[in-house]
Amino acid sequence: MADSNSTNRPLSPHLQIYRPQMNSIMSILHRITGIGMGLTAILLVWWFIAAATSPAYFAFVDGLLTSWLGKLVLGVSLLAFWYHFFNGVRHLRWDSGHGFGITASRKSGIRALILAVVLTALTIYLTM
Amino acid sequence: MVEFTLPKNSRVTVGKTWPKPEGARNIRKIRIYRYDPDSGENPRVDTYFIDTDDCGPMVLDALLKIKNEIDPTLTFRRSCREGICGSCAMNIDGINTLACIYGMDEIKGDIKIYPLPHMPVVKDLVPDLTNFYAQHASIMPWLETKTARPEKEWRQSIEDRKKLDGLYECVMCASCSTSCPSYWWNSDRYLGPAALLHAYRWIIDSRDEATGERLDELEDPFKLYRCHTIMNCTRTCPKGLNPAKAIGEIKKMLVERQA
Repeated sequence: MADSNSTNRPLSPHLQIYRPQMNSIMSILHRITGIGMGLTAILLVWWFIAAATSPAYFAFVDGLLTSWLGKLVLGVSLLAFWYHFFNGVRHLRWDSGHGFGITASRKSGIRALILAVVLTALTIYLTM
Repeated sequence: MVEFTLPKNSRVTVGKTWPKPEGARNIRKIRIYRYDPDSGENPRVDTYFIDTDDCGPMVLDALLKIKNEIDPTLTFRRSCREGICGSCAMNIDGINTLACIYGMDEIKGDIKIYPLPHMPVVKDLVPDLTNFYAQHASIMPWLETKTARPEKEWRQSIEDRKKLDGLYECVMCASCSTSCPSYWWNSDRYLGPAALLHAYRWIIDSRDEATGERLDELEDPFKLYRCHTIMNCTRTCPKGLNPAKAIGEIKKMLVERQA
């Protein structure tokens, strides 16, 4: 492709000026929740390793993960999981060629958000 | 390459504030990105005031008024003033659209005008579209045929012609491509929504006989698959077209032909 910036032209503003919209925010959230869940998975593996190491070490790690901060991290991760799950379903529908309209994608986005919150609440309710 | 901040020579500074028109009752504040390649200075944002009682309703009307009556150095592209040429595409109030068909009454507060995002700026609101046009050319935007030329025209049924609706209307204004974060970070390798919409327009044309080659050309991790269905393109298209759907259809065809 032609190099169109050969004369040291300035780059016009992009993220700085583009209006955040539901579709773009939900898209970047999909990526952030994906990365976040990867990090949480490391925490959970740590928990398993601790269980296999010694009772004292398990008590230490378990204490951390069930402290208020640990619960907060796991709770947010749970929300991230359900968000990623339902937004992933949305992506599957797009990949099958459906739901590309502005109204349709807006509706499916709202649906994914509501389902994520409801399922997070339900999961917490059923496991506490 | 993903770079969230602007390079040093592109950081925007505070520019000049021009005087308000005298005796005006309905004043609109308009903030416009300015860049003068001859000055050697960084881009800046100038502030203008116009009397809306003495100005047409569209953003382009305001730009022309400023150029004619306040500051003749203000530079922008425009031609048809009715949304068919695609020249006056720019970022208005945070979204890309055509200045000529975007009413000032659709904007609350100050009217902020920038060039199309993440593009090299030639001057003020004029971006360099060389790469954008080269990408369009790369998808072979013409009818490719192999069979002998018919005596009259290449015929098409009414149903097949209908498949081109929502595609042929594209005016190549570049609003969609420059609204797309994937295009911002990878415009050197990702074709972007506009070029892909055009690619699809020829792929589904019943008269075209290079469908396979066209799909081969797009089966590439960057050219096509940098689209992550962010949907900024469809949201911003001033012609109400749906590039995201066109790209989705191409992806689907690539999967289906493997079956």
